[in-house]
Amino acid sequence: MVELLGAQIARGVNAREVSAREVAEAFLARAVAVDGRVGAYLTLLAERARAAAARVAARVAAGEQLPLAGVPVAVKDNMCLEGTRTTCGSRILEGWIAPYTATAVARLIEAGAVPIGKTNLDEFAMGSSCENSALGVTRNPYDLERVPGGSSGGSAAAVAAREAAIGLGSDTGGSIREPGAFCNLVGFKPTYGRVSRYGLIAFASSLDQIGPLTRSVEDAALAYDVMSGFDPMDATSIDRPVEPAATGLRTDIGGLRIGLVRQFDTQGLGEEIDEAYDRAYHDLQALGAELVDVTLPTADYGLATYYLIAPAECSSNLARFDGVRYGLRVDGADVREMYDRTRAAGFGPEVKRRILIGTYALSSGYYDAYYVRAQKARTLIARDFDAAFAQCDLIACPAASSPAFRFNAKSDPYSMYLMDYYTIPMSLAGLPALSVPCGWVTPDGGSAPMPLGLQLCAPLFGERLLLGAAHAYERLTRHADAHKPALGEVAPT
Amino acid sequence: MSAREKYVPVIGIECHVELKTATKMFCGCPNEFGGEPNTKVCPVCLGMPGALPVPNAAAIEHMIAAGLAFGADIPAFSKFDRKNYFYPDMPKDYQISQYDMPLTQGGEVRYWLDDGTIKSCRLTRIHLEEDTGKSTHAGSGDGRIAGSAYSLIDFNRAGVPLMECVSEPEIHSAQDAVAYLEALRRTLLALGVSDVKMEEGSLRCDANVSVRLADAKELGTKTEIKNMNSFRSVGRAIESEIERQIALLESGGRVVQETRGWDEANGVSVSMRSKEEAHDYRYFPDPDLVPLEISREDVERIRGTLGELPWQRYERYTAEYGIGPKPATQLLDNLSLARYFDRIVAISANPQQSANFVLGDLSRLANENGIAIADSKVSPEHLAELIALVEAKTINSKIAKELLARMWEGAGSPKALVEGEGLAQTSDPAAIEGFVDDVLAANPGVVADYRAGKTNVGGFLVGQVMKASRGKADPALVNALLARKLQG
Repeated sequence: MVELLGAQIARGVNAREVSAREVAEAFLARAVAVDGRVGAYLTLLAERARAAAARVAARVAAGEQLPLAGVPVAVKDNMCLEGTRTTCGSRILEGWIAPYTATAVARLIEAGAVPIGKTNLDEFAMGSSCENSALGVTRNPYDLERVPGGSSGGSAAAVAAREAAIGLGSDTGGSIREPGAFCNLVGFKPTYGRVSRYGLIAFASSLDQIGPLTRSVEDAALAYDVMSGFDPMDATSIDRPVEPAATGLRTDIGGLRIGLVRQFDTQGLGEEIDEAYDRAYHDLQALGAELVDVTLPTADYGLATYYLIAPAECSSNLARFDGVRYGLRVDGADVREMYDRTRAAGFGPEVKRRILIGTYALSSGYYDAYYVRAQKARTLIARDFDAAFAQCDLIACPAASSPAFRFNAKSDPYSMYLMDYYTIPMSLAGLPALSVPCGWVTPDGGSAPMPLGLQLCAPLFGERLLLGAAHAYERLTRHADAHKPALGEVAPT
Repeated sequence: MSAREKYVPVIGIECHVELKTATKMFCGCPNEFGGEPNTKVCPVCLGMPGALPVPNAAAIEHMIAAGLAFGADIPAFSKFDRKNYFYPDMPKDYQISQYDMPLTQGGEVRYWLDDGTIKSCRLTRIHLEEDTGKSTHAGSGDGRIAGSAYSLIDFNRAGVPLMECVSEPEIHSAQDAVAYLEALRRTLLALGVSDVKMEEGSLRCDANVSVRLADAKELGTKTEIKNMNSFRSVGRAIESEIERQIALLESGGRVVQETRGWDEANGVSVSMRSKEEAHDYRYFPDPDLVPLEISREDVERIRGTLGELPWQRYERYTAEYGIGPKPATQLLDNLSLARYFDRIVAISANPQQSANFVLGDLSRLANENGIAIADSKVSPEHLAELIALVEAKTINSKIAKELLARMWEGAGSPKALVEGEGLAQTSDPAAIEGFVDDVLAANPGVVADYRAGKTNVGGFLVGQVMKASRGKADPALVNALLARKLQG
């Protein structure tokens, strides 16, 4: 049962071949069996999942056909689900119960999805390995000695370990695509503004975007079709019709021009990985695409630009965690001291680092030199993509700078930041992009093969084309099926 | 030359005005004064994690209306910025405000003084922001934060749309400052964009005050005065501060830049804090909100709804109608009264007489009965009729007064009453002479007294004649005839 894809579950539940209750029980049992080793969930929502499954069963019994009927979903713990603990992986929100539900989550549930649990993440989505969570360790199901990626590492691990069929992540600079690549999944970040951010606890508002982590492109398209579209509760959500992606899945990509970014090649991922990506590009050609060279001359400034804009926004977004209204409070002699103590105790080192960087970048006297310049660089990067897309329909490149690494391998913050080298430029430009499994390597002396992700990126609102092409590639290569998670002997359910 | 005359006060006024909208600035909570604490709140105005602001179009239109009324420019683009600082009653620890691209730019407030002098004061800026919650400090006895044991916060007010309106420092007396505020208030009331009630906090104002020697070019050191709860107290506080600063300078001291709180009961201001630690608010464009594009069509549509502004009405009443500054102001300060008055003027030829009736007898009746004139049974058409009757000397003022009292009770057209009851003033000398002769004949003793030099009894005789005519005799004619006959 837990091997089923989201689309298969929905078809089965709608056809009444299997009940939503049975599906929920199977995935809950799987989570109970394996999550002790994986650590994907911060909160398992067993009772809630059963209640949701019962509602789906009743609706299906009443004749409704639901696009995600009975599909178990894992929700990243920076998204609000009314009545559930929503922590952002932080001590400062450890006991906070969300009083409302995020729009994207509400739309999934309305479409028949069943929330199984809230998943671990780097604190406030700041990180690329899940190691910055203050509340737990999440392991990569393909090698428990390695990280699942981040910041949506919990949702990625949950789906990879078959503890949910679809995972919900948020991507600010690569936080869906990188864990997707690390965990042998499709990790899809839609165009900025396509999916409502209402109820997503903000890290960097101008970059954050919710998207799915799935075991197939079709599942990603199904979830996207349900979640996307204008939301009057989010002023940055885009009021423009969504082209459904699930009906646009293709089997070939004949005639498409796919751009390879020239200066990205020099990054030196190592011979084995370089070869894997070369094979991936070759496979795209085999599917009928024409490969063209494109340049993104300013993309190398992406990392520096991102690490000014994102911290600047986060320094303001995270000000509200002050101990006054909710979350952790550490008392002090006066309100000032209460603030200081609460925030000192509540935030971890990476969050503090980014708040400090951002506060500095916005300070009087530095604002023009840092924040304003970063915004200008951001505009230039977006223009580079515009120019590149005049020559091609999609851009292909690696989804991460390496496969999943071992715990504590990136203790220097900058080496961790480099993981998002390939994903940040697309985030700054607001473009839709995904990672899709493209091969396996056995990195740094390990024994288990680890997956690699190919990143595909489309122009703004190009989701249908992007997912369509990724589906053709997935169908041809079937890389995801080559290996199963390394969770040892687990009782079959 | 007195010490006071050596100095020129320089005053700038900063106002915060809560805009009148159905809902708050960035969420759907009701925008209403009062209520049980923390009952008009939602995830957005409580700054809950993940909640997002969505701008209220009505508040933006109110801002544009106010800007247009003050003659400000309405730029095609505007945006919201975050003003970052920590404060317990500010839910997000930043305030959504406007920094370098406010909805309106420039403009001025035209105001006038009791003597009819018209002045204007330029605006430094008007911008839109969200209000904060309200703290109540407990355990210190005096409600101050110093020494308090704990504080309670009510977020009902948090997120209410707030217009900040800052004047240039070009007001030079307490009297002018109050007149400026009155003009600002009546303009916003006329536009319907705010209740502008100081007692409910929908208008809050601070004054920046400094003094300089009359021939000095540079401004003196300013202080900021807070905590005024009425226009009167604004006037008193500014006056007191001017006196304090002059006395300080005259005795060789110097003014310290500080914030002072006005103590209304004792009529003094008290230092609250000296020059604040330099705040760095780290303004930056709010990434949760997209820039505002204001179409010219919208601006023109809103301009079309402004109607006649109070200062325009003031000029019409004074310059065109010749009404004095005080009654003109009295009229336009009560908008429904002014509209009633305008309907009368549209029919009646005599605006001054109309103003006298509306502000005099009619207002008295309204006050006595606790009913607004506009809601009374006296229609503008009937009042115009009454005024026309007086104008034409068909009735005298005494009859007019009596008729008005009956009209108040619902008697309807005064013209019909006059005709039906034969109340028209008697201006026929022969008829009046008959009444005079009768009265003189009936009161020989009084006549004798008068002729003996006790001329003060003349009034009694006039009264008797009026009574005999049932009030209808033209009083001027009665006087003239009596005088002639008594002397004769």
